[in-house]
Amino acid sequence: MTESPEQTPKSAIQIRNLNFFYGKFQGLRNINLDIVEHKVTAFIGPSGCGKSTLLRTLNRMYSLYPGQRADGEINFYGQNILDPKQDLNLLRARIGMVFQKPTPFPMSIYDNIAFGVRLYENLPKGAMDERVEWALTKTALWNEAKDKLNQSGLALSGGQQQRLCIARSVAVKPSVILLDEPTSALDPISTAKIEELVHELKSEYTVAIVTHNMQQAARVSDHTAYMYLGEMMEYGKTDQLFIKPKKKETEDYITGRFG
Amino acid sequence: MNQNLYRKRIMINRIGISLSMLAMTLGLFVLLWILSVLFINGFKALDLNMFFQSTPAPGTEGGGLANAIVGSLMLVGFATLVSTPVGILAGIYLAEYGDTSKTAEVTRFMTDIMLSAPSIVLGLFVYAILVAQVKHFSGWAGTIALSLIAIPVVLRTTENMLRLVPGSLREAAFALGAPRWKVATMVTLRAAKAGVVTGVLLALARISGETAPLLFTALNNQFFSLDMNGPMSNLPVVIFQFALSPYDNWVRLAWGGALLITLTVLVLNILARVYFRDKTPG
Repeated sequence: MTESPEQTPKSAIQIRNLNFFYGKFQGLRNINLDIVEHKVTAFIGPSGCGKSTLLRTLNRMYSLYPGQRADGEINFYGQNILDPKQDLNLLRARIGMVFQKPTPFPMSIYDNIAFGVRLYENLPKGAMDERVEWALTKTALWNEAKDKLNQSGLALSGGQQQRLCIARSVAVKPSVILLDEPTSALDPISTAKIEELVHELKSEYTVAIVTHNMQQAARVSDHTAYMYLGEMMEYGKTDQLFIKPKKKETEDYITGRFG
Repeated sequence: MNQNLYRKRIMINRIGISLSMLAMTLGLFVLLWILSVLFINGFKALDLNMFFQSTPAPGTEGGGLANAIVGSLMLVGFATLVSTPVGILAGIYLAEYGDTSKTAEVTRFMTDIMLSAPSIVLGLFVYAILVAQVKHFSGWAGTIALSLIAIPVVLRTTENMLRLVPGSLREAAFALGAPRWKVATMVTLRAAKAGVVTGVLLALARISGETAPLLFTALNNQFFSLDMNGPMSNLPVVIFQFALSPYDNWVRLAWGGALLITLTVLVLNILARVYFRDKTPG
């Protein structure tokens, strides 16, 4: 693997002084973080530490629920997405998200992929076919799915469903993909496939992944953030954070003495 | 292990099962009794004339239910056409948009009242606002009265079925940048399709047997008529009038009509169940 020149890595997302509230409960405290373009950033930490919450602020998913709010700044290529005037649909088309449990839509495999594409692009049939094939190939699902594109997405296995969901996000061609514990409901083989996929994705997309599995974070990510009780404890290059963490808390967590 | 405690539990279990079996037998017995009387008398009345001749005048022989069957089909058909879109759209509003807003709260409360309101009250309401104003009974008035009964049924089932759709599916659609109306119509409504169709079929079954709201609205018509602006014959009111009449052939037709309605409702219920079972994933 060749390392690209590292002087000034470009940030896709810059988080500044971010606080997040579930009603009165503060879920995130003063988060500052840069998510580097075309890299994989992993968020680790014990349950309830706020890593999923942080991910859900990045595409404003929390805005679906009254009573949840964020203050501070999240700059996505210079534009503050916490601005109330931000168009949420456009934002979510540019920052895609895949969830813990596979969520295929109740429609054919083909339509699962085409659904998101049709929202913002008016492609003729041939171009749409190509896009579907492209997205399924990218997520290593094409060979398994090409003969059953008209079958329901619900007929796939769990691992295949999750890859379908990633394909669905990829097909929209976002610039950032958020993965919220994408493998926690999957078997080891499906997990390995998805980890490989994450590796592939970063050549074209910026990826942020929340994971409970520290080995996974070590395997797939370039940068890792360790969070605890809503605070960012430590953030740095993945190999540095895992080999010689700066803080004792981080070391305790990654060596399994705590968490 | 405490043997006595265990024996006591077995005893309580036996008593519980016996009581529930008894309750079930009682319920089934009454149901079967009603059905057997209906089937015996109904099948005796069943012949081809019933489907091709109109209701007989007092004192004349023979006759059939053709006008009432067609009238009922039209009334129930139009009521379904009106109530299905209104009920489903309102259900979508309550489940996907309204949530905790004041309008939604009020709508939900009104729906509950409509669901439990005696159907005769709805009939009287339509009589007061429509029939009394235009000064004649009509098929349309009957359609409106039946729609008022069907809408809350469709609305409630739609809302409940949409609420059963996991939030994760909704979030997944929003995460692709889909606007709310697309999420509601393309994803959640699709996921809840089986339940919503079942709701429509059950509402259909419910209104096909309603008599009270039609007494004040569509009334009845002794002759064959397709004019929705005039009084309209229909099975429930014909059954009501003929069953109370002194003429043997009228009473016979009432049994036949009752059998027809019961079979229709039975078939609709079975369809709804089969459809729901087959189309519900997992």
